[in-house]
Amino acid sequence: MTLTVTDLRVSYRTLGGEVKALDGVSFGVRDGEILGLAGESGCGKTTLGKSLIRLDGRMRHVGGTVELDGRELPIADDRRMNAFRFHEVSLVPQYAMSALNPTRRIGRMVAELLKSRGVRLDRDKLERRLDLVGLPREVLDRYPLELSGGMKQRMVMVVSTLLDPSLLVADEITSALDVSTQKAVARALLGFRDSGFVKSMLFITHDLALTSHIADTIMVMYAGRLTEKAPADVMVKAPRHPYTRMLINSLPEVGVRHAERPLSGIAGSPPSLLDPPPGCRFRDRCPLADEGCAEDPPVTETEPDHFVACWKA
Amino acid sequence: MRHYFGRKLLVYALTFVVAVTVNWMIPRFMPGDPVAGMLARTGVSQPAAVEAMRVYYTDLFGFDRPLWEQYAGFWATLLRGDFGISIWLFPTPVSTVILRAVPYTLALMIPAVLLSWWAGNRLGAYAARRRLLDNTVLPVGYVLTAMPYMWLAVLLAWGLGVVAGWFPVAGGYAFSLQPALTGEFLLSLLHHWVLPFLSLFLVALGGWAIGMRNMIIYELESDYATYLAALGAPSRLIRRYAFRNAVLPQITGLALQLGVLVAGALVTEIVFSYPGLGSLILKAIQNQDFFLLQGTFMFIVVGVLVANFVIDLVYVVVDPRTRAGMAGAQA
Repeated sequence: MTLTVTDLRVSYRTLGGEVKALDGVSFGVRDGEILGLAGESGCGKTTLGKSLIRLDGRMRHVGGTVELDGRELPIADDRRMNAFRFHEVSLVPQYAMSALNPTRRIGRMVAELLKSRGVRLDRDKLERRLDLVGLPREVLDRYPLELSGGMKQRMVMVVSTLLDPSLLVADEITSALDVSTQKAVARALLGFRDSGFVKSMLFITHDLALTSHIADTIMVMYAGRLTEKAPADVMVKAPRHPYTRMLINSLPEVGVRHAERPLSGIAGSPPSLLDPPPGCRFRDRCPLADEGCAEDPPVTETEPDHFVACWKA
Repeated sequence: MRHYFGRKLLVYALTFVVAVTVNWMIPRFMPGDPVAGMLARTGVSQPAAVEAMRVYYTDLFGFDRPLWEQYAGFWATLLRGDFGISIWLFPTPVSTVILRAVPYTLALMIPAVLLSWWAGNRLGAYAARRRLLDNTVLPVGYVLTAMPYMWLAVLLAWGLGVVAGWFPVAGGYAFSLQPALTGEFLLSLLHHWVLPFLSLFLVALGGWAIGMRNMIIYELESDYATYLAALGAPSRLIRRYAFRNAVLPQITGLALQLGVLVAGALVTEIVFSYPGLGSLILKAIQNQDFFLLQGTFMFIVVGVLVANFVIDLVYVVVDPRTRAGMAGAQA
């Protein structure tokens, strides 16, 4: 196991109280595995990604542990965590379009970043990686604004993986891209994994269709908790949790005329995480729910590698 | 690049023409007759003599010709670098009078502008990282920047000059001295320089510090700063980038502030009777000295335009986004 997360709890401090964005999440990522993390907005997927590398000022680590390659990550200790960042855990952020300093030539910025981490810039390695993602070497002499969105995205991917981290957190990196660029980015990520630049990857997205193409395993979250985790093909073909099933059924399909078969969504909205109700969090929107669901459903392994948190599964 | 500067120069040229025209108009449409004032000062009471002098002076300064001719003549002499003869200090040429005052104003303005900008930026950047400092710099900055130049000047003159007696409150050098290149004179010069400088410096400092503090906080929350922090970059690097990017709007601010500071220097000079352009303008107005007034205004207009042009150049060097804009690219 590259990554083992045990009962992780992270909350946001707000004026109204603590928002429990992650409420006891446990899972593992194997060596070489790409874990796709899906769920609707506010389910805690970005919070999970951030928790693994850098908690922002409003986030508080309430409990649980994160272990990477057998060592515990001091996620609550910003200073001690620094040793792991970039070297062991790295991030391709949601905002890759604006992640590069606009007033520095890219090559110089990379060199300065590496120097500040006490690493010498290996120009050959950097250029080989650029070739791999299909970026001309001249981008190093350019300013970020001279690159297109897709180029910036790939540039950030190259920078983030330059020190061959064990775990790469890719947070919604395809959301702002058009479909053909999404494909190029997904292929580059797979290439990085296959070449061993990154050992394993957490691919956070709300795009289940895309996830199923590049992830080995898919994990679905709902309201700060894990609902289901299974190998990608199993997840798409035979989901067990009612939420996952409804989520997959709500995806539009090419060629289907929706006048004949209306596109169904999931009625209702997730519960407030400020003071979540006890029991299964999907209860209010779930067609199968009964009194038994008033109790928290435990995460159980129904088949090998298939985890579900539902009394009805 | 050429297109960009061509356009800039055109705008500057237009500004110059408008400024010169307004400059020519203002003193002429002021109430009062400068020649009458001059004659009154001579104390001649014989009507025939007064009339002869009036005709002589009116002809000399060209006041008897139609306005458009005066205007055209004004441009013609201006382009030859001739600002005319001062009425107040007749018959000294205006250019001589101005050149005598310019060193004082520049010695006051340039250090005040640049040092306050530099120190304000440092202070603001520093305030953005320390809560304690932030809680003191910010209110003090607001008070300073809201303070009118002459009010602070009067306070300083009263506090450090009259009450404490550390600094003289009037003049550019001690009245007992003649300008000369001696140690004594230079020391006196410096001594008289401190208070006017301080009043300009402090007011500008507050504004810069507040601006910089806000810009730095904004930059430190920007995406590139967050990304660098996530990759474990030390805050030294992040702050360096943030500072550099936050300085860019401050450079624009510097260009805008120059005009304000010139005005600030004028009142400050008047408060301290400092022998610079400000005092000259006051004298010119009091004596209805059209030519001197035009000359000083002209000098200030050209100064502000040149300073702005320099800042345009600096901007092209420091901000790559401007260069992309010049090439017609969309940033």
